[in-house]
Amino acid sequence: MQCDQSPDSQPDQPAAAGPPDGSESRGVSRRSFIKTMGVSAAAGAVETALVTSAAEASAMQRRDDVETLGPQAVALTLSINGTPHRVSVEPLTPLVEVLRWNLGMTGTKTACGRGACGACTVHLDGQPIASCMTPVIDAVGCEISTIEGLGNGDQLDPLQVAFIKHDAMQCGFCTPGLIMSSKALLADTGKPNMETIRKALCGNLCRCGTYPNVFNAVLEASGQPVPNDLNTDNGKRGG
Amino acid sequence: MRVCMPTTLSDACSMLADAGTAGRVMAGGTDLLVDWPQRAHEHDDTIWIDLSRVTPLRRITCADHVLRLGALTTYWDVVQSEQAAEAFPLLKQAARVVGSLQIQTRGTWAGNIMNGSPAADGVLALMAYDTTIELRSTAGVRRVSLDTFYTGYRSTVARADEILESIVLRRHRYRIQYFEKIGTRQAQAITKVGLALTQDSADHSWRVVMNSMAPTVTRCPALEGVLSAQQPMAGPDAWLPIIDADVSPIDDLRSTSRYRRVVAARLLHSALADRCDWIGQ
Repeated sequence: MQCDQSPDSQPDQPAAAGPPDGSESRGVSRRSFIKTMGVSAAAGAVETALVTSAAEASAMQRRDDVETLGPQAVALTLSINGTPHRVSVEPLTPLVEVLRWNLGMTGTKTACGRGACGACTVHLDGQPIASCMTPVIDAVGCEISTIEGLGNGDQLDPLQVAFIKHDAMQCGFCTPGLIMSSKALLADTGKPNMETIRKALCGNLCRCGTYPNVFNAVLEASGQPVPNDLNTDNGKRGG
Repeated sequence: MRVCMPTTLSDACSMLADAGTAGRVMAGGTDLLVDWPQRAHEHDDTIWIDLSRVTPLRRITCADHVLRLGALTTYWDVVQSEQAAEAFPLLKQAARVVGSLQIQTRGTWAGNIMNGSPAADGVLALMAYDTTIELRSTAGVRRVSLDTFYTGYRSTVARADEILESIVLRRHRYRIQYFEKIGTRQAQAITKVGLALTQDSADHSWRVVMNSMAPTVTRCPALEGVLSAQQPMAGPDAWLPIIDADVSPIDDLRSTSRYRRVVAARLLHSALADRCDWIGQ
Protein backbone atom coordinates (compact mmCIF):
# COMPACT_ATOMS: atom_id res chain seq x y z
CA MET A 1 0.00 0.00 0.00
CA GLN A 2 1.32 3.42 -0.91
CA CYS A 3 1.63 6.10 1.65
CA ASP A 4 1.93 9.61 0.30
CA GLN A 5 2.61 11.23 3.62
CA SER A 6 6.03 12.86 3.54
CA PRO A 7 8.09 13.31 6.71
CA ASP A 8 7.44 17.05 6.39
CA SER A 9 3.76 16.54 7.02
CA GLN A 10 4.30 15.00 10.43
CA PRO A 11 2.67 17.06 13.16
CA ASP A 12 5.01 19.19 15.22
CA GLN A 13 6.44 17.29 18.14
CA PRO A 14 6.31 19.08 21.49
CA ALA A 15 10.06 18.45 21.91
CA ALA A 16 10.74 21.76 23.59
CA ALA A 17 8.22 21.12 26.33
CA GLY A 18 10.47 18.98 28.53
CA PRO A 19 13.98 17.62 28.95
CA PRO A 20 14.98 15.12 26.23
CA ASP A 21 15.30 12.30 28.75
CA GLY A 22 11.63 12.60 29.54
CA SER A 23 12.11 13.63 33.17
CA GLU A 24 10.18 16.59 34.49
CA SER A 25 12.06 19.82 35.18
CA ARG A 26 12.62 20.58 38.81
CA GLY A 27 9.99 22.93 40.17
CA VAL A 28 7.41 21.88 37.59
CA SER A 29 4.64 19.80 39.11
CA ARG A 30 3.09 16.98 37.12
CA ARG A 31 -0.17 18.91 37.07
CA SER A 32 1.30 22.17 35.78
CA PHE A 33 3.34 20.22 33.22
CA ILE A 34 0.26 18.47 31.89
CA LYS A 35 -1.71 21.71 31.90
CA THR A 36 1.07 23.49 29.96
CA MET A 37 0.98 20.74 27.38
CA GLY A 38 -2.78 21.09 27.09
CA VAL A 39 -2.60 24.84 26.58
CA SER A 40 0.19 24.47 23.97
CA ALA A 41 -1.99 22.01 22.08
CA ALA A 42 -4.90 24.46 22.28
CA ALA A 43 -2.67 27.31 21.10
CA GLY A 44 -1.72 25.16 18.11
CA ALA A 45 -5.39 24.70 17.36
CA VAL A 46 -5.96 28.45 17.45
CA GLU A 47 -3.20 29.00 14.87
CA THR A 48 -4.70 26.36 12.62
CA ALA A 49 -8.06 28.06 12.97
CA LEU A 50 -6.61 31.39 11.87
CA VAL A 51 -5.18 29.76 8.76
CA THR A 52 -8.59 28.33 7.91
CA SER A 53 -10.54 31.47 8.74
CA ALA A 54 -11.46 31.96 5.08
CA ALA A 55 -12.92 28.46 5.01
CA GLU A 56 -14.71 29.25 8.24
CA ALA A 57 -16.22 32.34 6.73
CA SER A 58 -17.62 30.30 3.86
CA ALA A 59 -19.01 27.80 6.34
CA MET A 60 -21.00 30.53 8.05
CA GLN A 61 -23.69 30.80 5.44
CA ARG A 62 -26.74 32.91 6.04
CA ARG A 63 -29.95 31.86 4.44
CA ASP A 64 -33.15 33.46 5.62
CA ASP A 65 -31.27 34.50 8.75
CA VAL A 66 -30.51 30.89 9.56
CA GLU A 67 -26.96 30.35 10.70
CA THR A 68 -25.37 27.21 9.27
CA LEU A 69 -22.17 26.05 10.90
CA GLY A 70 -19.53 23.53 9.96
CA PRO A 71 -18.18 21.17 8.94
CA GLN A 72 -15.07 23.19 9.83
CA ALA A 73 -14.39 24.65 13.23
CA VAL A 74 -16.28 27.88 13.88
CA ALA A 75 -15.42 30.87 16.05
CA LEU A 76 -17.73 31.06 19.07
CA THR A 77 -17.90 33.25 22.14
CA LEU A 78 -18.70 31.58 25.45
CA SER A 79 -19.51 33.48 28.61
CA ILE A 80 -17.82 31.59 31.44
CA ASN A 81 -17.92 32.83 35.03
CA GLY A 82 -18.86 36.26 33.71
CA THR A 83 -15.98 36.55 31.24
CA PRO A 84 -16.28 36.16 27.45
CA HIS A 85 -13.97 33.58 25.87
CA ARG A 86 -13.38 33.15 22.12
CA VAL A 87 -12.84 29.61 20.88
CA SER A 88 -12.65 27.94 17.51
CA VAL A 89 -14.27 24.50 17.62
CA GLU A 90 -16.63 22.18 15.82
CA PRO A 91 -20.14 23.17 16.89
CA LEU A 92 -21.23 19.83 18.37
CA THR A 93 -18.08 19.34 20.47
CA PRO A 94 -19.08 18.50 24.04
CA LEU A 95 -18.78 21.61 26.22
CA VAL A 96 -16.47 19.86 28.70
CA GLU A 97 -13.87 19.27 25.99
CA VAL A 98 -13.85 22.94 25.07
CA LEU A 99 -13.46 23.96 28.71
CA ARG A 100 -10.59 21.57 29.32
CA TRP A 101 -8.73 21.40 26.01
CA ASN A 102 -9.34 24.75 24.36
CA LEU A 103 -9.50 26.92 27.46
CA GLY A 104 -7.32 24.97 29.90
CA MET A 105 -10.04 25.14 32.55
CA THR A 106 -9.33 21.69 33.94
CA GLY A 107 -11.31 22.05 37.17
CA THR A 108 -14.27 20.45 35.40
CA LYS A 109 -13.52 16.73 35.07
CA THR A 110 -14.45 14.27 32.41
CA ALA A 111 -14.87 10.65 33.43
CA CYS A 112 -17.66 8.60 31.86
CA GLY A 113 -18.23 10.84 28.84
CA ARG A 114 -21.88 9.83 28.62
CA GLY A 115 -23.79 11.69 31.29
CA ALA A 116 -23.67 8.94 33.88
CA CYS A 117 -21.25 10.16 36.56
CA GLY A 118 -21.65 13.91 37.14
CA ALA A 119 -17.90 14.68 37.22
CA CYS A 120 -18.39 17.23 34.42
CA THR A 121 -21.22 19.14 36.13
CA VAL A 122 -21.28 22.87 35.37
CA HIS A 123 -24.16 25.36 35.42
CA LEU A 124 -25.87 26.65 32.31
CA ASP A 125 -27.93 29.71 33.22
CA GLY A 126 -27.88 28.50 36.81
CA GLN A 127 -29.02 24.93 36.15
CA PRO A 128 -26.69 21.99 36.70
CA ILE A 129 -25.96 20.16 33.45
CA ALA A 130 -23.69 17.36 32.27
CA SER A 131 -21.18 19.28 30.15
CA CYS A 132 -20.12 16.05 28.41
CA MET A 133 -23.65 15.80 26.99
CA THR A 134 -24.07 19.44 25.99
CA PRO A 135 -22.99 20.52 22.50
CA VAL A 136 -20.90 23.68 22.82
CA ILE A 137 -23.12 25.47 20.30
CA ASP A 138 -26.06 25.18 22.71
CA ALA A 139 -24.06 26.99 25.40
CA VAL A 140 -23.52 30.09 23.26
CA GLY A 141 -25.60 32.93 24.65
CA CYS A 142 -25.93 31.24 28.04
CA GLU A 143 -24.00 31.97 31.22
CA ILE A 144 -21.69 29.07 32.02
CA SER A 145 -20.50 28.67 35.62
CA THR A 146 -17.63 26.33 36.45
CA ILE A 147 -15.74 25.40 39.60
CA GLU A 148 -13.11 28.02 38.68
CA GLY A 149 -15.73 30.72 39.24
CA LEU A 150 -16.34 29.79 42.88
CA GLY A 151 -14.74 31.77 45.67
CA ASN A 152 -12.69 34.87 45.20
CA GLY A 153 -8.94 34.44 44.88
CA ASP A 154 -7.72 32.78 48.07
CA GLN A 155 -11.12 33.21 49.66
CA LEU A 156 -12.91 29.89 49.19
CA ASP A 157 -16.63 29.49 48.67
CA PRO A 158 -18.40 28.34 51.87
CA LEU A 159 -19.10 25.01 50.17
CA GLN A 160 -15.41 24.51 49.46
CA VAL A 161 -14.60 25.35 53.09
CA ALA A 162 -17.23 22.88 54.29
CA PHE A 163 -15.94 20.12 51.98
CA ILE A 164 -12.46 20.58 53.45
CA LYS A 165 -13.73 20.70 57.03
CA HIS A 166 -15.77 17.53 56.62
CA ASP A 167 -13.11 15.66 54.69
CA ALA A 168 -15.62 15.22 51.87
CA MET A 169 -13.19 13.77 49.35
CA GLN A 170 -10.59 11.09 48.99
CA CYS A 171 -9.17 11.07 45.46
CA GLY A 172 -11.05 14.29 44.77
CA PHE A 173 -11.87 13.59 41.14
CA CYS A 174 -15.64 13.82 41.64
CA THR A 175 -15.36 16.83 43.97
CA PRO A 176 -15.76 19.70 41.47
CA GLY A 177 -18.92 18.07 40.11
CA LEU A 178 -20.29 17.44 43.60
CA ILE A 179 -19.59 21.02 44.60
CA MET A 180 -21.29 22.41 41.49
CA SER A 181 -24.37 20.22 42.08
CA SER A 182 -24.41 21.31 45.74
CA LYS A 183 -24.06 24.94 44.70
CA ALA A 184 -27.11 24.66 42.42
CA LEU A 185 -29.07 22.99 45.22
CA LEU A 186 -28.26 25.71 47.75
CA ALA A 187 -29.12 28.46 45.26
CA ASP A 188 -32.50 26.78 44.79
CA THR A 189 -33.19 25.56 48.34
CA GLY A 190 -31.68 27.57 51.17
CA LYS A 191 -31.78 24.91 53.88
CA PRO A 192 -32.32 21.52 52.27
CA ASN A 193 -32.96 18.49 54.46
CA MET A 194 -30.93 15.31 54.11
CA GLU A 195 -33.42 13.68 51.74
CA THR A 196 -33.33 16.69 49.41
CA ILE A 197 -29.54 16.77 49.50
CA ARG A 198 -29.31 13.08 48.64
CA LYS A 199 -31.73 13.48 45.74
CA ALA A 200 -29.96 16.57 44.40
CA LEU A 201 -26.61 14.77 44.41
CA CYS A 202 -27.82 11.42 43.06
CA GLY A 203 -26.31 12.27 39.67
CA ASN A 204 -22.79 12.51 41.06
CA LEU A 205 -20.97 9.24 41.56
CA CYS A 206 -18.04 8.95 44.00
CA ARG A 207 -16.06 5.75 43.68
CA CYS A 208 -14.34 6.46 47.01
CA GLY A 209 -17.73 6.48 48.73
CA THR A 210 -17.41 9.82 50.51
CA TYR A 211 -21.15 10.50 50.34
CA PRO A 212 -21.86 10.83 54.12
CA ASN A 213 -19.17 13.48 54.47
CA VAL A 214 -20.38 15.27 51.32
CA PHE A 215 -23.93 15.39 52.67
CA ASN A 216 -22.63 16.75 56.00
CA ALA A 217 -20.58 19.39 54.18
CA VAL A 218 -23.70 20.57 52.35
CA LEU A 219 -25.63 20.73 55.64
CA GLU A 220 -22.81 22.79 57.13
CA ALA A 221 -22.57 25.15 54.17
CA SER A 222 -26.30 25.81 54.42
CA GLY A 223 -25.90 26.80 58.06
CA GLN A 224 -27.58 23.75 59.54
CA PRO A 225 -26.38 21.56 62.40
CA VAL A 226 -24.49 18.47 61.34
CA PRO A 227 -25.57 15.38 63.33
CA ASN A 228 -23.18 12.59 64.30
CA ASP A 229 -20.24 14.19 62.60
CA LEU A 230 -17.06 12.20 63.06
CA ASN A 231 -14.76 14.35 61.02
CA THR A 232 -14.61 17.74 62.67
CA ASP A 233 -12.57 18.83 65.65
CA ASN A 234 -15.63 18.42 67.84
CA GLY A 235 -16.18 14.84 66.79
CA LYS A 236 -14.56 11.73 68.17
CA ARG A 237 -12.70 10.64 65.12
CA GLY A 238 -11.70 7.01 65.11
CA GLY A 239 -8.61 5.36 63.68
CA MET B 1 -21.43 17.46 9.43
CA ARG B 2 -23.29 20.73 9.44
CA VAL B 3 -25.41 22.35 12.10
CA CYS B 4 -28.24 24.77 11.36
CA MET B 5 -29.30 27.16 14.09
CA PRO B 6 -32.75 28.44 13.11
CA THR B 7 -34.54 30.92 15.37
CA THR B 8 -38.05 30.27 14.06
CA LEU B 9 -39.96 27.06 13.52
CA SER B 10 -40.73 27.90 9.90
CA ASP B 11 -37.01 28.34 9.16
CA ALA B 12 -36.35 25.04 10.91
CA CYS B 13 -38.95 23.32 8.70
CA SER B 14 -37.53 24.71 5.48
CA MET B 15 -33.95 23.84 6.48
CA LEU B 16 -35.07 20.29 7.26
CA ALA B 17 -36.93 20.04 3.96
CA ASP B 18 -33.87 21.29 2.06
CA ALA B 19 -31.62 18.83 3.87
CA GLY B 20 -33.59 15.87 2.52
CA THR B 21 -32.60 12.51 3.94
CA ALA B 22 -29.43 14.01 5.48
CA GLY B 23 -31.48 16.17 7.85
CA ARG B 24 -32.01 15.33 11.49
CA VAL B 25 -33.47 17.36 14.31
CA MET B 26 -31.80 17.97 17.67
CA ALA B 27 -33.52 19.15 20.86
CA GLY B 28 -31.14 18.90 23.81
CA GLY B 29 -28.55 16.56 22.31
CA THR B 30 -28.20 14.16 25.25
CA ASP B 31 -28.85 11.10 23.10
CA LEU B 32 -26.62 12.34 20.30
CA LEU B 33 -23.55 13.02 22.43
CA VAL B 34 -23.55 9.52 23.89
CA ASP B 35 -21.93 8.65 20.55
CA TRP B 36 -19.18 11.26 20.93
CA PRO B 37 -16.44 11.02 19.84
CA GLN B 38 -16.25 7.27 19.10
CA ARG B 39 -19.21 7.25 16.72
CA ALA B 40 -19.13 10.88 15.57
CA HIS B 41 -18.01 9.76 12.11
CA GLU B 42 -21.42 8.11 11.63
CA HIS B 43 -22.83 11.64 11.55
CA ASP B 44 -20.34 13.02 9.01
CA ASP B 45 -23.00 13.55 6.34
CA THR B 46 -25.76 14.65 8.67
CA ILE B 47 -27.24 18.14 8.59
CA TRP B 48 -28.40 18.79 12.14
CA ILE B 49 -31.26 21.19 12.69
CA ASP B 50 -30.65 22.36 16.27
CA LEU B 51 -33.89 23.75 17.71
CA SER B 52 -32.21 25.29 20.77
CA ARG B 53 -32.67 28.86 19.55
CA VAL B 54 -36.36 28.47 18.69
CA THR B 55 -37.14 29.59 22.22
CA PRO B 56 -40.98 29.54 22.06
CA LEU B 57 -40.69 25.75 21.78
CA ARG B 58 -39.67 25.55 25.43
CA ARG B 59 -43.11 26.71 26.60
CA ILE B 60 -45.47 24.64 28.75
CA THR B 61 -49.13 25.63 28.61
CA CYS B 62 -51.95 24.16 30.65
CA ALA B 63 -55.52 25.23 29.92
CA ASP B 64 -58.97 23.67 29.46
CA HIS B 65 -57.80 20.22 30.54
CA VAL B 66 -55.06 20.23 27.92
CA LEU B 67 -51.34 20.29 28.65
CA ARG B 68 -48.99 21.22 25.82
CA LEU B 69 -45.27 20.60 25.99
CA GLY B 70 -43.06 22.22 23.35
CA ALA B 71 -40.27 20.48 21.49
CA LEU B 72 -37.71 22.02 23.86
CA THR B 73 -39.55 21.36 27.14
CA THR B 74 -37.14 19.50 29.41
CA TYR B 75 -37.91 16.90 32.06
CA TRP B 76 -36.92 19.44 34.70
CA ASP B 77 -39.30 22.04 33.26
CA VAL B 78 -42.17 19.63 33.95
CA VAL B 79 -40.89 18.82 37.45
CA GLN B 80 -40.88 22.58 38.16
CA SER B 81 -44.34 23.16 36.66
CA GLU B 82 -46.89 22.75 39.45
CA GLN B 83 -49.77 22.66 36.96
CA ALA B 84 -48.19 19.93 34.84
CA ALA B 85 -47.13 17.86 37.82
CA GLU B 86 -50.57 18.13 39.39
CA ALA B 87 -52.56 17.37 36.24
CA PHE B 88 -50.34 14.51 35.06
CA PRO B 89 -48.42 13.18 38.07
CA LEU B 90 -46.82 10.29 36.18
CA LEU B 91 -44.88 12.80 34.08
CA LYS B 92 -43.11 14.12 37.16
CA GLN B 93 -42.45 10.60 38.42
CA ALA B 94 -40.91 9.66 35.08
CA ALA B 95 -38.91 12.88 34.79
CA ARG B 96 -37.22 12.30 38.14
CA VAL B 97 -35.91 8.88 37.14
CA VAL B 98 -34.51 9.80 33.72
CA GLY B 99 -30.73 9.81 34.13
CA SER B 100 -29.58 12.39 36.66
CA LEU B 101 -30.68 15.93 37.41
CA GLN B 102 -27.89 17.04 35.06
CA ILE B 103 -29.64 15.13 32.26
CA GLN B 104 -33.15 16.14 33.33
CA THR B 105 -32.21 19.80 32.82
CA ARG B 106 -31.05 19.15 29.23
CA GLY B 107 -33.09 16.21 27.94
CA THR B 108 -36.41 16.93 26.26
CA TRP B 109 -39.68 14.99 26.10
CA ALA B 110 -39.76 15.50 22.35
CA GLY B 111 -36.24 14.13 21.98
CA ASN B 112 -37.23 11.11 24.06
CA ILE B 113 -40.16 10.43 21.71
CA MET B 114 -38.26 10.99 18.46
CA ASN B 115 -35.14 9.07 19.47
CA GLY B 116 -37.39 6.02 19.59
CA SER B 117 -35.58 4.01 22.25
CA PRO B 118 -37.63 1.08 23.57
CA ALA B 119 -36.37 2.06 27.04
CA ALA B 120 -37.68 5.65 26.88
CA ASP B 121 -39.06 6.50 30.34
CA GLY B 122 -40.68 9.75 29.21
CA VAL B 123 -42.65 7.93 26.52
CA LEU B 124 -43.77 5.34 29.09
CA ALA B 125 -45.50 8.03 31.14
CA LEU B 126 -46.85 9.97 28.15
CA MET B 127 -48.43 6.86 26.62
CA ALA B 128 -50.27 6.13 29.88
CA TYR B 129 -52.26 9.29 29.11
CA ASP B 130 -54.32 10.44 26.14
CA THR B 131 -51.37 11.92 24.25
CA THR B 132 -51.18 13.29 20.72
CA ILE B 133 -48.13 14.72 19.02
CA GLU B 134 -48.12 17.48 16.45
CA LEU B 135 -45.66 17.05 13.58
CA ARG B 136 -44.89 20.16 11.57
CA SER B 137 -43.39 20.38 8.09
CA THR B 138 -43.46 22.97 5.34
CA ALA B 139 -46.74 21.28 4.30
CA GLY B 140 -48.44 22.06 7.63
CA VAL B 141 -49.25 20.28 10.88
CA ARG B 142 -50.26 16.65 11.30
CA ARG B 143 -51.59 15.14 14.52
CA VAL B 144 -50.73 11.57 15.45
CA SER B 145 -51.73 9.61 18.53
CA LEU B 146 -48.67 8.52 20.47
CA ASP B 147 -50.30 5.07 20.68
CA THR B 148 -49.78 4.54 16.94
CA PHE B 149 -46.56 6.53 16.47
CA TYR B 150 -44.06 3.65 16.60
CA THR B 151 -43.93 1.08 13.83
CA GLY B 152 -40.92 -0.96 14.99
CA TYR B 153 -37.51 -0.72 16.64
CA ARG B 154 -36.53 2.96 16.38
CA SER B 155 -38.94 3.51 13.52
CA THR B 156 -41.96 5.79 13.55
CA VAL B 157 -44.63 7.18 11.24
CA ALA B 158 -42.86 10.58 11.18
CA ARG B 159 -41.51 11.63 7.80
CA ALA B 160 -37.93 12.86 7.36
CA ASP B 161 -39.18 16.44 6.85
CA GLU B 162 -41.31 16.58 10.02
CA ILE B 163 -40.44 18.24 13.31
CA LEU B 164 -42.22 17.33 16.54
CA GLU B 165 -43.61 20.72 17.52
CA SER B 166 -45.87 19.92 20.47
CA ILE B 167 -46.93 17.10 22.75
CA VAL B 168 -50.59 17.47 23.67
CA LEU B 169 -52.07 15.65 26.67
CA ARG B 170 -55.82 15.65 27.19
CA ARG B 171 -56.73 15.38 30.83
CA HIS B 172 -59.24 12.79 32.01
CA ARG B 173 -60.16 11.86 35.56
CA TYR B 174 -58.30 8.80 36.68
CA ARG B 175 -59.10 6.20 39.30
CA ILE B 176 -55.62 4.73 39.11
CA GLN B 177 -52.28 6.27 38.03
CA TYR B 178 -49.19 4.14 38.49
CA PHE B 179 -45.58 4.32 37.27
CA GLU B 180 -42.69 2.08 38.18
CA LYS B 181 -39.20 1.80 36.74
CA ILE B 182 -36.95 -1.12 37.58
CA GLY B 183 -33.26 -0.51 36.89
CA THR B 184 -29.96 -1.46 38.42
CA ARG B 185 -30.10 1.50 40.82
CA GLN B 186 -32.70 4.04 41.86
CA ALA B 187 -30.91 6.81 39.94
CA GLN B 188 -28.69 6.88 36.87
CA ALA B 189 -29.95 3.65 35.39
CA ILE B 190 -31.50 2.56 32.12
CA THR B 191 -34.77 0.70 32.56
CA LYS B 192 -34.87 -3.10 32.65
CA VAL B 193 -38.63 -3.23 33.17
CA GLY B 194 -40.98 -0.26 33.08
CA LEU B 195 -44.72 -0.24 33.72
CA ALA B 196 -47.23 2.59 33.65
CA LEU B 197 -50.96 2.22 34.21
CA THR B 198 -53.98 4.46 34.23
CA GLN B 199 -57.67 3.75 34.61
CA ASP B 200 -60.14 6.37 33.52
CA SER B 201 -62.68 6.99 36.27
CA ALA B 202 -65.44 7.98 33.82
CA ASP B 203 -65.49 5.14 31.29
CA HIS B 204 -63.27 2.76 33.34
CA SER B 205 -60.98 2.19 30.33
CA TRP B 206 -57.41 1.09 30.96
CA ARG B 207 -54.05 2.03 29.57
CA VAL B 208 -51.28 -0.43 30.31
CA VAL B 209 -47.88 0.58 28.93
CA MET B 210 -44.49 -1.13 29.15
CA ASN B 211 -40.98 -0.14 28.15
CA SER B 212 -37.82 -2.21 27.73
CA MET B 213 -40.15 -5.16 27.08
CA ALA B 214 -40.61 -4.95 23.29
CA PRO B 215 -38.98 -3.28 20.25
CA THR B 216 -40.87 -0.08 21.14
CA VAL B 217 -42.53 1.40 24.16
CA THR B 218 -45.94 -0.15 23.75
CA ARG B 219 -49.49 -0.36 25.02
CA CYS B 220 -50.59 -3.83 26.07
CA PRO B 221 -54.05 -4.61 24.63
CA ALA B 222 -54.29 -8.13 26.06
CA LEU B 223 -53.61 -6.88 29.59
CA GLU B 224 -56.04 -4.01 29.09
CA GLY B 225 -58.67 -6.55 27.96
CA VAL B 226 -58.18 -8.74 31.02
CA LEU B 227 -58.49 -5.72 33.29
CA SER B 228 -61.58 -4.42 31.53
CA ALA B 229 -63.16 -7.89 31.86
CA GLN B 230 -62.28 -7.85 35.58
CA GLN B 231 -60.75 -11.29 35.28
CA PRO B 232 -59.51 -12.68 38.63
CA MET B 233 -55.79 -13.41 38.90
CA ALA B 234 -54.65 -16.15 41.28
CA GLY B 235 -51.21 -14.64 41.78
CA PRO B 236 -48.32 -12.97 39.96
CA ASP B 237 -47.71 -15.98 37.70
CA ALA B 238 -51.24 -15.77 36.33
CA TRP B 239 -50.25 -12.61 34.50
CA LEU B 240 -47.44 -14.28 32.54
CA PRO B 241 -49.42 -15.71 29.61
CA ILE B 242 -51.14 -12.37 29.12
CA ILE B 243 -47.84 -10.49 29.27
CA ASP B 244 -46.54 -12.91 26.63
CA ALA B 245 -49.44 -12.01 24.36
CA ASP B 246 -48.48 -8.33 24.50
CA VAL B 247 -44.68 -8.10 24.65
CA SER B 248 -41.54 -10.04 23.74
CA PRO B 249 -38.68 -9.10 26.08
CA ILE B 250 -35.16 -10.09 25.05
CA ASP B 251 -31.89 -11.02 26.72
CA ASP B 252 -29.47 -8.12 26.38
CA LEU B 253 -26.66 -6.44 28.27
CA ARG B 254 -29.04 -5.07 30.91
CA SER B 255 -31.23 -8.01 31.76
CA THR B 256 -32.80 -11.26 30.60
CA SER B 257 -36.12 -12.08 29.06
CA ARG B 258 -37.00 -14.30 32.01
CA TYR B 259 -36.22 -11.62 34.59
CA ARG B 260 -38.21 -9.04 32.70
CA ARG B 261 -41.30 -11.24 32.37
CA VAL B 262 -41.29 -12.29 36.02
CA VAL B 263 -40.71 -8.77 37.31
CA ALA B 264 -43.41 -7.35 35.04
CA ALA B 265 -45.86 -9.93 36.39
CA ARG B 266 -45.02 -9.08 39.99
CA LEU B 267 -45.26 -5.37 39.33
CA LEU B 268 -48.70 -5.81 37.78
CA HIS B 269 -49.95 -7.94 40.63
CA SER B 270 -48.61 -5.73 43.38
CA ALA B 271 -49.85 -2.58 41.65
CA LEU B 272 -53.37 -3.87 41.07
CA ALA B 273 -54.24 -6.48 43.71
CA ASP B 274 -54.86 -3.80 46.35
CA ARG B 275 -56.67 -1.45 44.01
CA CYS B 276 -58.96 -3.91 42.20
CA ASP B 277 -60.96 -6.21 44.49
CA TRP B 278 -61.79 -8.66 41.69
CA ILE B 279 -58.18 -9.62 41.17
CA GLY B 280 -57.69 -11.34 44.51
CA GLN B 281 -54.48 -11.65 46.47
